[in-house]
Amino acid sequence: MLQVSVYRFNPETDAAPQMQEYQVETGGKDLMVLDVLEMIKAEHDASVTYRRSCREGVCGSDGLNINGKNGLACITPLSDAVKNNKLVIRPLPGLPVVRDLVVDMSLFYAQYEKIEPYLQNNSPAPAIERLQTPEDRAKLDGLYECILCACCSTSCPSFWWNPDRFVGPAGLLQAYRFLADSRDQATDERLAKLDDPFSVFRCHGIQNCVNVCPKGLNPTRAIGHIRTMLLNRAA
Amino acid sequence: MRTISFDGVIVGGGGAGMRAALQLAQSGYKTAVISKVFPTRSHTVSAQGGITCAIASADPQDDWRWHMYDTVKGSDYIGDQDAIEYMCSVGPEAIFELEHMGLPFSRTEEGRIYQRPFGGQSKNFGEGGQAARTCAAADRTGHALLHTLYQNNVKNETVFFNEWFATDLVKNQDGAVVGVIAICIETGETVYVKSKATVFATGGAGRIYASTTNAHINTGDGVGMALRAGVPVQDMEMWQFHPTGIYGAGTLVTEGCRGEGGYLINADGERFMERYAPNAKDLAGRDVVARSMILEILEGRGCGPDGDHVKLKLDHLGEEVLESRLPGICELSRTFAHVDPVKEPIPVVPTCHYMMGGIPTNIHGQALTVDAAGNDQVIPGLYACGEVACVSVHGANRLGGNSLLDLVVFGRASGLFIEDALRQGIEMRDASATDIESANERLVALNERNDGENVSALRKELQGVMQNYFGVFRKGEFMQEGIKKLDDLKERIDNVKLEDKSNAFNTARVECLELQNLFETAEATAIVAEARKESRGAHAREDFTERNDDEWLCHSIYHREGRAVSKRSVNFTPKTVDTFQPKVRTY
Repeated sequence: MLQVSVYRFNPETDAAPQMQEYQVETGGKDLMVLDVLEMIKAEHDASVTYRRSCREGVCGSDGLNINGKNGLACITPLSDAVKNNKLVIRPLPGLPVVRDLVVDMSLFYAQYEKIEPYLQNNSPAPAIERLQTPEDRAKLDGLYECILCACCSTSCPSFWWNPDRFVGPAGLLQAYRFLADSRDQATDERLAKLDDPFSVFRCHGIQNCVNVCPKGLNPTRAIGHIRTMLLNRAA
Repeated sequence: MRTISFDGVIVGGGGAGMRAALQLAQSGYKTAVISKVFPTRSHTVSAQGGITCAIASADPQDDWRWHMYDTVKGSDYIGDQDAIEYMCSVGPEAIFELEHMGLPFSRTEEGRIYQRPFGGQSKNFGEGGQAARTCAAADRTGHALLHTLYQNNVKNETVFFNEWFATDLVKNQDGAVVGVIAICIETGETVYVKSKATVFATGGAGRIYASTTNAHINTGDGVGMALRAGVPVQDMEMWQFHPTGIYGAGTLVTEGCRGEGGYLINADGERFMERYAPNAKDLAGRDVVARSMILEILEGRGCGPDGDHVKLKLDHLGEEVLESRLPGICELSRTFAHVDPVKEPIPVVPTCHYMMGGIPTNIHGQALTVDAAGNDQVIPGLYACGEVACVSVHGANRLGGNSLLDLVVFGRASGLFIEDALRQGIEMRDASATDIESANERLVALNERNDGENVSALRKELQGVMQNYFGVFRKGEFMQEGIKKLDDLKERIDNVKLEDKSNAFNTARVECLELQNLFETAEATAIVAEARKESRGAHAREDFTERNDDEWLCHSIYHREGRAVSKRSVNFTPKTVDTFQPKVRTY
């Protein structure tokens, strides 16, 4: 029997959060963490609350703190997470808890919106697509794949400290995705909006973001590129 | 109950909903999207291989009429030819718009959008060999598309009600749809969202089956709401089983794998599709490939200790092609099949994937019903687009890459039509207090009931019945047995128990309401599948093995009231090309 400890908090009934213990029969299978949560919800306690959708690591709903490390429940196998037959599941750190494992993502989304996450190009559009060389397109690899799960930003001490002013790794990865796009014409405006002591420069290269990204992306590297662009712009 | 008013309300924040929303937001009308998940968590995100469209990048001679021919043939001739004509001809414009919005398509050496071959594609009306018509962003096209649409809605300041769940339609005394009841999941507040145009873009319902590529959220909410409001559904017997779901996990492996040169093998290592489809081989229609796989398994040539799956071979394509063209598949295969496709074939099995049926609509997204005389009647106020709609461009079998095109083209078309209708002025009588109360009855009953069965157990039972009795191959007597089992489930699911009555982010409540939508979808599927006594497209019957054009070259229509099944004519009159006449369908 797997020992599972789940963070519980219902704002309507609980004064404080608590960890609740469940014994889950996995049948010795190397299930995903999400499978275990589904079993708890189906067989033990329907009130256990978490988000989930695609169950294959592309929708970004089920970012959780699993045995101390942020990750997606649906693609984290027990063999990667469980230590000493114990699985501890908590909400992503640093954001307000709505209920149990569900956090309020408003600040995270606000930072995403702040970087104007859409292509800006005011030249008249051609009758077909805008052309882009495979080499220029390749510059978007490792950037566009972000699924907005917030595993990175909520593992970042700088984001914990200044979630309102530091854009955070997820937002900055997307900022660079548009800075790096050969079709985007707003480079200067984008950089001007990031050019303050907090938006980018609060990154201290701790690289928790790189360590936890379930898609294997590297926000720290993207932030480094933005930093260079900002410094070149100032020079 | 609080009322919130909009000009247009879109239920569903996937590709279709966000494309419709974008059109309306740009028009300046007061528009809102109600989505039960944050929009980029919608199931469009899982689409992999691409979006099929004759943009003439891979082949400068490509022609949308060839795409139309393939789609009509793929539909086994019950796709509406006016709708298919519209989708294929307007498609290129819709794709270029997406590119201009920033969608990071993969590129050719010329800098154009990369296109790959997909199943059922041909040049020159089936005479010119395999075409490469599916526009791709690596194997993450749905993700790229969905994020691009969300980003552009952010740019256009669309109002989003994220993590709100629509429970039922509100109709006025004239039978017009005047909005929906919706719950704010975070607070539990229930509101009446009033609207002059209500657009269903609620997606599919693959979760009626035990084994599915679909997300947990694909629970047929639009179908359930429509049926309860007296709106019929069309062609619900037509469910696509995707040939390549990962064995055991059900997660999707794109047809693009076979487009890039991968192929299926049986336990003997034989490329068996050469026997079933000598020309198109592994790129025959999905229905054809899925049935061939099942036959291989039934005839004892399946793989594994139980001989219950086949394998998809990709290693001969080389690591470079796999990592550049199919990186997501490599990742999924390693995670869910514990197989590295660079070295070994992936175990796969046909898995429920797509609902071809849905709410019947015209090409403007207007929902239709059929009157006693058999004529189409527009349902005032209600629109549908994307998977929940049956416009019908997919007929009895959808071609790969056509679902993303469907949702973009008809999301856009719905938005354009509603914008125009709003400009001309839409007058509908307000819903009375009784109208609103009656729409809210189901939710109130659920909240008040203190007995009944557990939602998870009931859902599992329902999914088991559908999997066992309404799968790839179907037979009358088995289906009748399945319908009896559904009859037994009906009242139990109507009376599902919600133990946790709390308001804050109560996902148990949402799951109960979703289960009832799953049931409506499943029941419609079962009744119509039993009624259609022929084999066509995805609907394969062991007791009626042939296509019967004399009796069934038509849509099925299902009304919840009395579980009535009727027939509706297929459109055979495209505006600019000659009709594609039904032929024997071979690949």
